[in-house]
Amino acid sequence: MTSTVLKAGGLTKRYGRRTALADCTLTLPAGRVVGLVGPNGAGKTTLLHLAVGLLAPSAGTIEVLGRRPAADADQLARVGFVAQDAPVYAALTVGDHLRLGAHTNPRWDQRLASERVRALRLDPAQKAGRLSGGQRAQLALTLAIAKRPDLLVLDEPVASLDPLARREFLQGLMAFIAEHDASVILSSHLVSDLERVCDHLVVLVDSHVRVAGDVDDLLAAHHRLVAPRAAAAELPPGLEVIEQSHTDRQSTLVVRGDAPADPAVVVEQIGLEDLVLAYLSQGAATPDPVLEVTR
Amino acid sequence: MIEFHLDGRSGISPYLQIVQQVRQAMRLGLLTAGDQLPTVKDVVARVAINPNTVLKAYRELEHEGLVAARQGVGTFVTATLTDESLAAHEPLRKELAAWIDRAREAGLDTESIEALFTSTFRSLIEESA
Repeated sequence: MTSTVLKAGGLTKRYGRRTALADCTLTLPAGRVVGLVGPNGAGKTTLLHLAVGLLAPSAGTIEVLGRRPAADADQLARVGFVAQDAPVYAALTVGDHLRLGAHTNPRWDQRLASERVRALRLDPAQKAGRLSGGQRAQLALTLAIAKRPDLLVLDEPVASLDPLARREFLQGLMAFIAEHDASVILSSHLVSDLERVCDHLVVLVDSHVRVAGDVDDLLAAHHRLVAPRAAAAELPPGLEVIEQSHTDRQSTLVVRGDAPADPAVVVEQIGLEDLVLAYLSQGAATPDPVLEVTR
Repeated sequence: MIEFHLDGRSGISPYLQIVQQVRQAMRLGLLTAGDQLPTVKDVVARVAINPNTVLKAYRELEHEGLVAARQGVGTFVTATLTDESLAAHEPLRKELAAWIDRAREAGLDTESIEALFTSTFRSLIEESA
C-alpha cells in the first residue's frame, strides 16, 4: 500500500459558472481516518465524488491510492464508497444485497458480510426498503467493507441517524479498521460526530481547503489567547490569527503558531470543535463575493 | 477485564482518559500484574473511537512500565500499583487538607485556592515532562 491515500493538486470542479471546489491541494496519509468537515454546500460531496471517480475534475489532478480514480476494475475494487443517505435497493432483500455484492466484487469477503449481518440482527429476507435509517446505513457499510477496500469513502454517513444508531455505526466502522488495514475518508458537517474517530482533519469552507493535518498536530499548533487589548495588538510576528473578538479592554484570539511568552497573555488549549469553528467563522468574516451570489 | 468509558465533555483527550482509567484501576486493585487489557478491537467496538487512540494509550502505559504487549496475544499488566501507593494516600491527603486550611486562613477563597493548586500542579507536571 502506498503511504499516501489521496493526492490532489490544484483540483477544481465547476458546474457551469458555479465553482464547487476551487484549487484544492491536499495530501492525505494512508492508514488514517480522515474527517472532512465543513458547512453544507462547502464542496465536501464534490471532493468525495472526485475521489471515487463519479466526477471528473474541471482542472487540476487527483490521485487515489496512486492511481486515477475509477481508472479500471482493480482501482474500483480497492475503493469502497457509501453515498449520502446510504442508498440501497428498496425492493431487494438484505440477502439479495449480499449476493449482489458477492457477484460484483472480486475481493468480496462473504464471512465478514454474513457475520456483520448476524451481529446487526438484520433479517436476510427483509426488503431493504423496510429497514430503519440506522439499519440501512449499517447494510450499506456492510457492503462497502465486505468488498475489503484499501480505502473507504463515506459521505455524511451519520448525519441522518439518531444518536444510538450513530454510535453503533461508528462502532462497526472502528471495529473494521482495527482489524483490517484500511484508510477511511468520511465527511460531516458536525465536528462532534468525528472528534473521537478521526486522526486527520480537513476543513473545507466555501469550496476552499482552510486547514488540513493530523488532529494531534493541529491541536498542538493552535491556542486560544486571552489578553488585554494593548497586549493583543503587539503579538509577535509569525503568529497567524485565525479568529479574534474584542471588547473595549480585552481580546480573545485563536492563533496558529508558538504561544507568546508575554505574561499578560493567558494561553489556553483549544478543543477540536472550537478550532474548526474558528476556521469556519474566518470564512464567514471574509466572504468570497462570487460564491455568496452563487450559493 | 475492565471496560473503558469516555467523557466527551471533560476536556481531557480520549487517549489520556484511557491511560488514566488503567492507572486508576491498577491503584484500586481492579487490575494487577498478569491481567489482560481489553483488545484494541474490543475497545473501539465499544466506545467508537479511533484504534490509533487506544494504541497510543497502550504505548504510553508500556512506556511507563505498567503494561507489556505480547505479539498476537494482547496487552498485559506487568506491575501492581496498589500496596505502597494506597498506604501513602492518607498522610498525603492530611498534608493537603492542612495546606488548604492555611490557604483559607491567608484569605484565599475557594476559587483562588483551586486556581493556585491547578496552576502550580500544571507547571510542575510540565517541568517534569
